[in-house]
Amino acid sequence: MIRHLLSGADLDADTATQILDTAAEMAAVSGREVKKLPALRGRTVVNLFYEDSTRTRISFEAAAKRLSADVINFSAKGSSVAKGESLKDTALTLQAMGADAVVVRHPASGAPHRLADWVDGSVVNAGDGTHEHPTQALLDAYTMRSRLGRLAGLSVAVVGDVLHSRVARSNVLLLSTLGAKVTLVGPPTLIPLDIAAALAPGTDVCYDLDAVLPSADVVMMLRVQRERMGDSYFPSAREYARRYGLDGSRMARLPEHAIVMHPGPMNRGMEITPEVADSPRSTIVEQVANGVSVRMAVLYLLLGGNNR
Amino acid sequence: MAYPTAAHSSPPRQPSVKVILSSVDVQRVVDRIAHQILEKTQGAADTVLLGIPTRGVPLAQRLAARINAFEGISVPVGVLDITLYRDDLRRNATRAVGPTQLPPDGIDGMRVILVDDVLFSGRSVRAALDALGDLGRPAFVQLAVLVDRGHRQLPIRADYVGKNIPTALAESVKVTLAETDGSDEVRLYGEVAR
Repeated sequence: MIRHLLSGADLDADTATQILDTAAEMAAVSGREVKKLPALRGRTVVNLFYEDSTRTRISFEAAAKRLSADVINFSAKGSSVAKGESLKDTALTLQAMGADAVVVRHPASGAPHRLADWVDGSVVNAGDGTHEHPTQALLDAYTMRSRLGRLAGLSVAVVGDVLHSRVARSNVLLLSTLGAKVTLVGPPTLIPLDIAAALAPGTDVCYDLDAVLPSADVVMMLRVQRERMGDSYFPSAREYARRYGLDGSRMARLPEHAIVMHPGPMNRGMEITPEVADSPRSTIVEQVANGVSVRMAVLYLLLGGNNR
Repeated sequence: MAYPTAAHSSPPRQPSVKVILSSVDVQRVVDRIAHQILEKTQGAADTVLLGIPTRGVPLAQRLAARINAFEGISVPVGVLDITLYRDDLRRNATRAVGPTQLPPDGIDGMRVILVDDVLFSGRSVRAALDALGDLGRPAFVQLAVLVDRGHRQLPIRADYVGKNIPTALAESVKVTLAETDGSDEVRLYGEVAR
């Protein structure tokens, strides 16, 4: 088993499948009377969040607690980071406190990789800059597998701001490892020219959403990051919504079985209309529930044995 | 119901081997335990058989099949994976988690009979009892094993024993079953450094 989970590329097909299979067993725990397992008793998991996050942090916290680990939440706001402490010094502090795993979210791409050199415990990347978010990719893959029964051979359209999306990068890496066919869709300004080849051979790029819909098994809408709106990647929000937003009439062009995913938080009316987001094809709420199971699986597989 | 097939069923070197139970013996022992369950539970009402993977699972299914053949009663069968409750988790590489499947009516208020192949230290049974406590509240818990080889490390005993085998600590008992290993047999391997 791997020691850290930093990138979707850290996982080969066997390891990724093992995580998804384990997550399926963990999901059963969520339906029981006692939603707790003793597997990580006495282990300490630190949630080190340098960026705001609700669902990812809560999801990791719930996952660690359901496995009986002790959880320490550390957010940069109101901590010594606000006083200017460096990532390395914070890491050494956590190390001294005996953290067995550090779940880190950081605005700088690559921060979790640096952290992995400094601490003895396992490092889990919970989103770094515009780089990667591997547990999101795992929960997306889990959701696809549980809805559609397989991953190999699926056509997955990832739509939106690929340039800034760590969700997209991790998904491309993981899904192609697992045999799905990914097409990146969005305005040319938001899809780097060489990204498809650089991430995984076989990944396609298409600038026309309507062209990919009829053959897509999964449409994954990415959040349009409003903070980037001023950077003139596209002329206006309305134009973006018209060309790349998923509304009811576009959804009707999808095959019968196709599902609609979104990593959240959504901009309703921008990349996705409420009609689509609340339809039975949307897996958005399911993704959140699956996130806990998948993160339990990741923490168990990283910390459950003596893998160090 | 699927169970993983055993990756290894023979030790690396050739130690002295003694067959304790042959295929026919295993069948007779299972038949006897099925009768004992019927006798001791007065007809196996409100009873659930939970197999502990790997080989407890087919054993539980066989017991249910025999009980059904003898008295026409269908006893629900489930699978209880104990991986996450083991006390040696962090001493070994991470173990794969298997499925736990309870019968549709659950285990609350039922007589749960745990089924395993070999009773040795008792630690697996302790783990199973802990797991059971998180899944519901059975009225009774009993234990059925194909082989009891002694050397208990915890105060645990079986209610139904297929065969008591006096062993030395360094010896090992291997159970093979048709469902998981291709054939039914119980063998005792002599004292060989493994």
